[in-house]
Amino acid sequence: MNALSEDLKNRIKAYLPRYPRKQAVVLPALHLVHDEMRTVSNEAIVEIAEILELHPSEVHDTMTFYEFFKHDGDKLGKTRLWVCRGLACMLRGGYELLEHCEHKLGVKCGETTSDGRITLEFAECIGACDGAPACLKDDVHVMNVTTAKADELLKQF
Amino acid sequence: MAFEPVLLARVAKLNSGKLEGYRADGGYAVFEKVLKDKQPLEVTTQVKDSGLRGRGGAGFPTGLKWTFLPKDHPGPIYLCINADESEPCTYNNRILMEKDPHQVLEGIMLSSYAIRSQCAYYYIRYEYGDAYRSTQAAIDECYAAGLLGKNILGSGFNLDIYMHRGAGAYICGEETGLIESLEGKRAWPRIKPPFPAIEGAFRKPTIVNNVETMACVTQILRRGNDWFKSLGVPPDPKNPRDAGSYGPKLYTIAGHVNEPKCVELPMGITVRDLVEKHGGGVWKGRKAKSVNPGGLSMGFADCNLPLKGEDGKTEYDIPLDFNGPGKIGCLGLGTAAITVIDDQTSMVDVLHNVCQFFSHESCGQCTPCREGTGWMLKITDRLRRGQGRREDLDVLVDVADRIGIMPGTTICGLADGAGWPVKTAIRKFRREFEDAIQSGAKSVHSKSLQLVGAH
Repeated sequence: MNALSEDLKNRIKAYLPRYPRKQAVVLPALHLVHDEMRTVSNEAIVEIAEILELHPSEVHDTMTFYEFFKHDGDKLGKTRLWVCRGLACMLRGGYELLEHCEHKLGVKCGETTSDGRITLEFAECIGACDGAPACLKDDVHVMNVTTAKADELLKQF
Repeated sequence: MAFEPVLLARVAKLNSGKLEGYRADGGYAVFEKVLKDKQPLEVTTQVKDSGLRGRGGAGFPTGLKWTFLPKDHPGPIYLCINADESEPCTYNNRILMEKDPHQVLEGIMLSSYAIRSQCAYYYIRYEYGDAYRSTQAAIDECYAAGLLGKNILGSGFNLDIYMHRGAGAYICGEETGLIESLEGKRAWPRIKPPFPAIEGAFRKPTIVNNVETMACVTQILRRGNDWFKSLGVPPDPKNPRDAGSYGPKLYTIAGHVNEPKCVELPMGITVRDLVEKHGGGVWKGRKAKSVNPGGLSMGFADCNLPLKGEDGKTEYDIPLDFNGPGKIGCLGLGTAAITVIDDQTSMVDVLHNVCQFFSHESCGQCTPCREGTGWMLKITDRLRRGQGRREDLDVLVDVADRIGIMPGTTICGLADGAGWPVKTAIRKFRREFEDAIQSGAKSVHSKSLQLVGAH
């Protein structure tokens, strides 16, 4: 059983010296695994727990709190697009933008297009209110997203 | 004389995030000087005497917080930087971290020296990818230049700064939630006391400070307390507990304005001046109906409601210092993020949006908050669907009154922040809510979102 490559395991272990306790590496480890594998499988949880000397349920407990990581059986698309629905964006067309993206991609929030290209999400305020309505493409802000700009954006992925 | 920005002085420069440019502008000179000439206690005393109050939302005096650490502790002592900036409509920390990360880092170095910490964790929300990368690059530059690591500049002082990325949870901005999250657990806030200064990260004494607070520390050490106290508002002589609102402040302007942006001004500008002079005025030639002065948790002002005893002034004219918003029933200055709502917008839709946020972000630890924010969302959703009931407004206020630290039913302040906008919106715009119930009018966003999203 090897869900995580040696390379990935080593990158997780590289975080250990930063903290006085191994458990503190749970979030960095989840990010590393999630970024690379687009999901955190149950096997991956077991192997993270082994490295950090935790029970797998402790890793799972932390992971599920954040509702950020895709679980076993679910997988992120190549790009994750978050559309902000915070107040500043809502006041400047954020809801309409979200609907537009859902319609254009044929998926609901939280779902991935059937070709595995894009996962669409709603986001609570992403702190890009000077460019509302705004999106987050993986972890990069895209500001002042008109529906035309959204169409362009969706084509790029 | 026009105010010259200090915290934002460098943000428009080319390559403003690079060490070379920061040094050319005098960066790290004061840190080097402090390492040579000052004792940690002198730095703490200076920050305490400057009157600096934390910029994260609560406005607690920064230097005073530092003095709560146990004396002569053998260590380790930790500094946690709260860069989880998630209060809706707030983005001032993002600008600092993206454009001038060294100014923040110098503040962290000075503060770490003051509190005798050799390790700072810089907890940054996941959504700030660019800020994360520019700050990490700046940290790498500092290690290469010998400004971080062991025996910095031969002083014997050691310091490591580690970035730690969050995963999209608002509650990680609450300082003990942040600590739990840092430790690799679910970000459930802790019962206090003990406060983090006594027992924080990894059960050691810990100070949690905001990003803008760190930038202020840099400028205070560089320019002195007289400069800092020359800006802002002195303490109210009638209120012995008021610590004043000194210094420059980053205000963010969002919502229905022509030019949403982040501006730096001395504390105490009025909402009207901020919106009209710095935000380009309300968009589309409309009028402001309501503003949210300081992040959603602070509640709402009614721009047409006259201020008692002040002729011709309305709630639009309140000053944005630590006391201003409180005078009109708002919770406080919060993050100094101003969101303008124009006169064509339904407060029912606005309040529903607010309740949607808090219901999604309640961490679930305390039942009154977890359930209460959910009830408030259900009721406001009913209102915007035109199915409101006569008793709904009273139920909303009743729920809002019962959840939070103030009524004593929750561990942290999230629920107070969830209730405040509900209470202030209904008190100030009750007529509009009643009309919506009576007419059964549906929201213009009628097609919009399911009750609670799928993620």
